[in-house]
Amino acid sequence: MSGSRTRIIFYTVAAAISLAGLADATYLTVMYLSGETAVCGGSASCFQVLGSAYSRIGRIPVAALGALAYFGAFSFATFAAFGYTRVRMFFALIVCAMFATTLWLLYVQAFLLHAFCRYCLFSAAVTFLLAGIAVAVPPSHQTMDS
Amino acid sequence: MKRYLPFIIVVVVASVTLAIGTVLYRAKRPAVLTIPKSALVPGSGAADSMHIRGPASAPLTLEEFGDFQCPPCGKLSDPINQLEREYRPQLRVIFRHFPLPIHAHAREAALASEAAGLQGRFWEMHDLLYREQSVWSEAGDVGPLFNSYAGILGLNVDRFKKDMESEQVEEHVASDQKHGAALGVRNTPTVFLNDRALAPTSLNPTGLRAAIDAAMKTPPHT
Repeated sequence: MSGSRTRIIFYTVAAAISLAGLADATYLTVMYLSGETAVCGGSASCFQVLGSAYSRIGRIPVAALGALAYFGAFSFATFAAFGYTRVRMFFALIVCAMFATTLWLLYVQAFLLHAFCRYCLFSAAVTFLLAGIAVAVPPSHQTMDS
Repeated sequence: MKRYLPFIIVVVVASVTLAIGTVLYRAKRPAVLTIPKSALVPGSGAADSMHIRGPASAPLTLEEFGDFQCPPCGKLSDPINQLEREYRPQLRVIFRHFPLPIHAHAREAALASEAAGLQGRFWEMHDLLYREQSVWSEAGDVGPLFNSYAGILGLNVDRFKKDMESEQVEEHVASDQKHGAALGVRNTPTVFLNDRALAPTSLNPTGLRAAIDAAMKTPPHT
């Protein structure tokens, strides 16, 4: 299989995985905005995490930033799959930032809140997969936009 | 065409995400619950079975539907007590049971508070249950713990045990729950200020205070 074809597959898979993350983050954002995380309708650990001070930056829910990041990753992966070479660097950068943020959020859940939220763990798994793809994707030679 | 396809895909995904998010938000957005005038607790001569903190004739009523095992309710308990003290004699607080089925011991805790109430110590048990929530919530069998709480509060423990299994306390809890369900309560805490439910986003010390201040500026219902 040629490197170009492998890259297309990698970026297509990355785009599909990003969509899963986007769905998860959108759901969490809606939960936050509708006030569902402030009341007791879910598990105790869900409230502990999603109702904590770490779940927002100012008045902006972290989940909304996550949704934007996943949308960015999806967009870059899609363009990269279609041969737009320059965006590959943006894809790698955004995944790198998401990976670092995920590590911080896992630390917060494990050591500061002592509670895990399953939606957040799903998001972490998605980001780790994206990071794996970003590392594994073969280097490019052909370009559409150069 | 292939050159523009990624733009189309990205725009379509953005539009679909926004549309789904909007639909989901509308579905999840809590309805504005109100208590009909006929169901409002009277200002004076309120029913003896009601758990009221503060003067019966207070112009403002904060009515909470709570679950002793619900973490947000536990977090809200102290701020509500504090507000009741600060705004006395303008504010009275009513507690209603709404134990959620997802909490294994919530119902038993509600029964324990009612049993304590039969010996005149409802609010003391209410505060103790919330304070010790993280302890008994994790316990397999909460009976011995609740009995020890009854002992700490100076209750007659034998009577407390008997009362916990009585129909009277069962009926009180069931009646509160039925009342809440009739008003449209689904989650806890659900807090009404006078006849209107507060938004979940207001269920924090700052939000509650702002709501009470705003209610004090509006003329009382006739």
